[in-house]
Amino acid sequence: MSIESAKYIKSVVTNPNNENTSIKAVIGGETWSVPLDPANTHYAAILEWAKIDGNSIEAAD
Amino acid sequence: MTKAAELAKMGEVLTNGQIGGRRNIVINGAMQVAQRGTSFDYVTTDAYSLDRFNIDVTGGDNSAGRLTASQAAITDLPGFANALKFDCTTADTSIAAGEALILSQRFEGQDVQQLKKGTSSAEKFTVSFYVKGTAKTYALEVLDIDTTNNRSIAQTFGVTTSWNRVVLTFDGDTTGVLDDDANRSLDLNFFLHAGATYTGGTLDTAWGAMTNANRAVGIGSFYSSTDNEFFITGLQMEVGSQATPFEHRSFGEELALCQRYHYRAGKAESAYTNFGQGWATAARAGTIQIPLPVEMRAEPSVTINDVQVSDDVNSAVDCSAIAVNAATGGRQLAVLEFTVGSDVTQYRSYGLRGSNNTASHVSLSAEL
Repeated sequence: MSIESAKYIKSVVTNPNNENTSIKAVIGGETWSVPLDPANTHYAAILEWAKIDGNSIEAAD
Repeated sequence: MTKAAELAKMGEVLTNGQIGGRRNIVINGAMQVAQRGTSFDYVTTDAYSLDRFNIDVTGGDNSAGRLTASQAAITDLPGFANALKFDCTTADTSIAAGEALILSQRFEGQDVQQLKKGTSSAEKFTVSFYVKGTAKTYALEVLDIDTTNNRSIAQTFGVTTSWNRVVLTFDGDTTGVLDDDANRSLDLNFFLHAGATYTGGTLDTAWGAMTNANRAVGIGSFYSSTDNEFFITGLQMEVGSQATPFEHRSFGEELALCQRYHYRAGKAESAYTNFGQGWATAARAGTIQIPLPVEMRAEPSVTINDVQVSDDVNSAVDCSAIAVNAATGGRQLAVLEFTVGSDVTQYRSYGLRGSNNTASHVSLSAEL
């Protein structure tokens, strides 16, 4: 899976605790919104990608 | 085959319970469902093509070879109207060690429990498929993802210029129980090109700890020439040591099975297709709910292409971003948050729809 970038997103609709609620990621040239679900393979791949030196998930705005 | 041999074979099939019920573990084996499109000019690493079929174009080193994968209409194999076709568009005759081209179907652990893997009752199973193309030898590997360091078994098969049904029977594996869950547990991997990393040893023809060098020994290279083609259809995996006739399921059944992993809302049939309904929670944001036709395997990721929000009264506003909201959505209902670049009316009902573009869509993915 070719991950180019990843950034946490905080919901602007339902987020009473101001937590990260998803990740915006560019994967294979497409922009995906990825849920923080360990069973989601995009999310699992992003976590593995972030372990590589030089990669990180950007903090939410 | 003599009558006695036929009866013996039938008895074996009956004993293994292959006649009754649903036999084929593979989804979309007849290559009918193509939600993502019907032609893929360049497939990046680990990307899907026809539904449920993953193409990995690198095993570590990127090959210079390129291919077009497509859903090909076929008329020369009675009973089948479609095949997955590979067409080599750029050759690569200088194969680096880590290169690989792998066509895969991946299975949830809960869908392969009937193999009884990791028990003393482990079942033999048979993989069958129809292939034609440029004459080559390739390999089919069965890979256990659950067991630490993985376990694998493989066999080679030949392709000729005419359709041929390949039948490969594999022993059951008494080691390595597959998890009974919705995660990836077992892969069918067709190796069509590989470097020394995958070919340098001795082919793993018996179950054992996976050794990269033993996974694709003896194969030719699909990338050897731009003349090369590869067609496959009628893929079936079933319990037992006999290949029974391909189990044809209806298109609707196959589509529903595929939509557990990928759902594309928006067909190339008309513009302004509606995908879901919601409301504006602020001047430039809101929430949209998209009903999912089947429960997805996991909470899905989502991507959009040229969509807009519309109240069906005033002009529509292009949707600039979408985010999943897993707190209120899930595997049965996708709840998305939209962002727009110009104002909408807070608390008014809005629909998410395609623009004047038949390629507009929302795609949701819960692939393995």
